[in-house]
Amino acid sequence: MTLLVVQALNGFQLGMLLFLIAAGLTLVFGVMNFVNLAHGVQYMLGAYLGVMFARIAGGFWSGLILASLAAGAFGLVLERLIFRHLYARSELDQVLATFGVIITLNEGVRLVWGSAPLELPMPDALSHSFQLMDGLRYPVYRVALAVTGLVVAGLLALVVNGTRAGMLIRAGASNQEMVSALGVDIGRLFRMVFGVGAMLAGFAGVLAAPLVSVEPNMGDNLLILAFVVIVIGGTGSIRGAFLAALIVGLVDTLGRSMITDFAHAVLSGPASSRVGPALASMLIYLVMAAVLAVRPAGLFPLRS
Amino acid sequence: MSQPSLRVPLALFAALALVPILRAAGVPIGGFVPLLLERVMVFALAAMSLDLILGVGGLISFGHAAPLAIGAYTVAALDHAGVTEAAIALPCALVASGIFAALTGAVALRTRGVNFIMITLAFAQMVYFAVSSLSDYGGDDGYTLYSRTTVFGRPWLEARSFYVTALVVLFLAWLLLRVITASRFGRALAAVRQNRVRVQALGLNAFAIELVAMVIAAMLCAVAGVLLANEAEFVSPAYGSWSHSGDLMVMVILGGIGSLHGAIIGALVVVLAEEGLGRLTSHWPLIYGPALVLAVLFLRRGLAGIGGSRG
Amino acid sequence: MAEPLLTVADLRKRYGALQVTDGVSLAVHPHEIHAVIGPNGAGKTTLIHQMFGSVRADSGQIRLDGHDITRLAPHRRARLGLARSFQITSVLPEFTVLDNVALAVQGALRSAFRFVRPARREAALNEPALVALARVGLHARAESLAGSLSHGEKRQLELAMALAAKPKVMLLDEPLAGAGPEEAARLIALLRELRTHCAIVLVEHDMDAVFQLADVISVLAQGRVIAWGPPAEIRRDPAVRAAYLGEDF
Repeated sequence: MTLLVVQALNGFQLGMLLFLIAAGLTLVFGVMNFVNLAHGVQYMLGAYLGVMFARIAGGFWSGLILASLAAGAFGLVLERLIFRHLYARSELDQVLATFGVIITLNEGVRLVWGSAPLELPMPDALSHSFQLMDGLRYPVYRVALAVTGLVVAGLLALVVNGTRAGMLIRAGASNQEMVSALGVDIGRLFRMVFGVGAMLAGFAGVLAAPLVSVEPNMGDNLLILAFVVIVIGGTGSIRGAFLAALIVGLVDTLGRSMITDFAHAVLSGPASSRVGPALASMLIYLVMAAVLAVRPAGLFPLRS
Repeated sequence: MSQPSLRVPLALFAALALVPILRAAGVPIGGFVPLLLERVMVFALAAMSLDLILGVGGLISFGHAAPLAIGAYTVAALDHAGVTEAAIALPCALVASGIFAALTGAVALRTRGVNFIMITLAFAQMVYFAVSSLSDYGGDDGYTLYSRTTVFGRPWLEARSFYVTALVVLFLAWLLLRVITASRFGRALAAVRQNRVRVQALGLNAFAIELVAMVIAAMLCAVAGVLLANEAEFVSPAYGSWSHSGDLMVMVILGGIGSLHGAIIGALVVVLAEEGLGRLTSHWPLIYGPALVLAVLFLRRGLAGIGGSRG
Repeated sequence: MAEPLLTVADLRKRYGALQVTDGVSLAVHPHEIHAVIGPNGAGKTTLIHQMFGSVRADSGQIRLDGHDITRLAPHRRARLGLARSFQITSVLPEFTVLDNVALAVQGALRSAFRFVRPARREAALNEPALVALARVGLHARAESLAGSLSHGEKRQLELAMALAAKPKVMLLDEPLAGAGPEEAARLIALLRELRTHCAIVLVEHDMDAVFQLADVISVLAQGRVIAWGPPAEIRRDPAVRAAYLGEDF
C-alpha cells in the first residue's frame, strides 16, 4: 500500500515534468505546424545550464532562473538561425534538420561538459523529507516539483484562455489562415510560442536535474515520452497535454511496479521476471495505441 | 513511374562485386575495406526498404530501426535457444517484423503529418525499451552470439562468405523492390504519395496500400537485421534506437529519395563518414550534425539535390 | 420515368453554428445532367463532398443504384459507380497522362495488390485508358507528364479519369472554372458526349453552360433547395431570381 502511494506520487510528478516539456511542443506542432524534434535537447540544455549557473551564481535558485532564461534565449536563437527557414519546407526537411540539431547539441554538451554525469544539488530548503504517513517519508523536493508543474499548468491555462495572445494561439492552432487574415504578425506569435516552449523545457530540465544524472542524450527519451503525451492529448491542445501527461506519468510509474507483480501471479517464476519488465516498458505505448484506435486525433483534437 | 536508368545501380553492384572477384582471382583483399563494405551493404538493405515507404509512398516513418532490431533480436533469441539455422531464423524474423508493422502501421496510418512521425517514432522506442529489458539477451549491454547463422547447414554467413551472401541478398532485394514499384501496387503507392484523396476517389483503398507497403518494408528491413546480427556477431538495443531510424532516413535522402539504389550510395556515405570522421575526432557528430542542418537549409531541393532526383 | 440512379434524401450537415446543408433532397436519373447552382456559400461544394463521402452527413440518406451509401468510405462509393472530378484539378503531376488514366482503370478494377507484372506494359490497363483519352481528345498527350499540362488539358484529363472508371454517376465540381471561352465550348461539347455514358451531377458557376447542358436544375440557397425543375422553369422562378439578386443571372 505504501509502495502504491509512493509510486502514484512519483507518477504524478513524472507527469508534471512531462507536461512542462510537452506543453510548449504541442503548441509548436499545433500552432506552427512545425515538426520540431529538437525540443528534448532544450530540456538537456536546461539541466546543464542549471548546473553551470548554480555553480557560478552560487545556488539552485539563481541557477534555475538564469538557466531557464538562457534556454529560452537559446531556443529563440535556434529559431532565428535555423527553424524560421524551415516553416515553409516539407515535413521531411524539418525532420532532418531538427535531427541534425539534436545530433549537434548532444555532442556539443559532451564537448563542453564531458561525458561524465553531472549533479545538481537540491536547494537546502527542499532537501529534507517529511512524514507522509505511517512508516513513509517522502522527499519535499519531489512534492515541490509536482506543485510547480501544477502552478505552471494553471498559469498556462490562464494565458491561453484569458489573454489576447492566448486567443490568437488557440485560433492559430485551429486555423492559421484566419489568424493571418486578422492582420496578426504570425512571425511574432511563432517566436513567442517558441521562446516560451524552449524556456519551459529548460525549466523542466533544471527541476529534474537534482533527481536524475545530467548527461548527454538525457533529453532523447523524454522527448519521445513527450510525443506520446502530445499524440494522446491531441496535437495543439494544452488541456490534452496536461491530462495525457498525467496518464503517461501514472501508467508508466505504476505499471512498472504492478505489472511485475501481475506477471508473477499469472506466469510461473522465471518467465515472469523476464516478461514483466519488457511488458512494463511497453505499457504507455500500448495505451497510446489504444487511445488512437478509438480517437485517432487524440483526446482533445483541435482540428476536425 | 518511369523506371530509373539501370546504369548507376548496375555500376554500383559491379563495384561491390569487385571484392569477391579479385579475391577469386587470387588478389589478397583483407582487413578493413571488405568489412566496411559488408556494413555498408547491410545498412543499404535497411535504407532501401525504407525508401519503399519514404520515397515511393511518401510516408515519413521515423521508426524504421524497429524492424532492424526485431530481425537482429530474432537471431539472438534463437541463438539463445540453440537454433542457428536461417531456414528457421529468417521466417521467424519476417513474421515478427511483419506482424509488428501491420499492428503499429494500422494505428499510425490513421493519422497524417507530424502525428504519423511521432507515432512511428514512439513505437520504435517501444521496441527499443522492450529489448533493453530482456535480461536473457543481455538487457542494455546487448548479446553476443554463440555462433553465426547457417543457411541450410552451410556457413554462408561466416566471415569468409558473408560478403558474397550480403551482396546477393542486397541485389535480390533491389530487384524485388524494382519489380514491386513497377507493378500495379507500386503505381498505386506512388499515386497515394502524390494525392491520397484522388486515389481514394478512383476506388483504391489508400490505407490498405500504405499498410501493405509498410509491412513489405519492415520485412525486408528485418532481413537486414538478421544480417547485421551476424555481421557483428552481436546484438544490441542500440540497433533499434531512434538515431538509427534517423540515420536510415539520412541515407535514403542522401542517395536520392525514391531511387532505390540511392540507398547504397547513402549507406556508403554515412558509414564512411562515420568511420572517417570517427578516426579524425571522437566528436565527429559535431561535423555530421551541422552538415545535415546546412545541407537541408542550403540545398535548394533539400538533401535530395545532392544525389540526383527521384526516378 | 425510370428509377433514379442517385437519390439524396433530407441531407443535413452542420459546422458549428452554420447549417451548411439543411434538408437537401434530389434525384438523378440515368443519362441526366443534373445541375446544382446557387449563390456563393449556398453549400454546393459541401453537398458534393457529402455525396462523394469525403464529408460525412449528419443525417439523411444517399442511395446509389439501390445501395445505401450514406456511411460508406469514398473508395467504396467509387467502386459502386460514383466518380468525381475536383474543383481544384488534382491529377497526379509526376505521372504521365496515360498513367493517370491507367490508374483510374486500375481503380475501376479495384486492383492495387498485384506485385509482379509491370503495370505500364499492361494492355488490360492501357487500352481502356487510351480509349478514354481519345474520347476527351487528349490521346496525343498520352506520354506527357500530367504536371506539364495546361489548365484546360488537366480538366480534360480529369474527365478522362472519371470516364475510365466507367461510372454510373459523375460528380463534376466546376469543370469549367478558369476555362477561356474556346476551351469552355470544347468542354461543353465533351460533357454533352459524356452524358451518353453516365449521369452527371454538375456544380457550375457558368450559367450559360448550365442552361445549355442541364436537364434538371436544383437551386441551392443557404443549404436548402429553393427550386428545382427544367431550365426553362428555373429561369422564370421568382424565388430563384430573388436568391440571385445582384448576381449575374
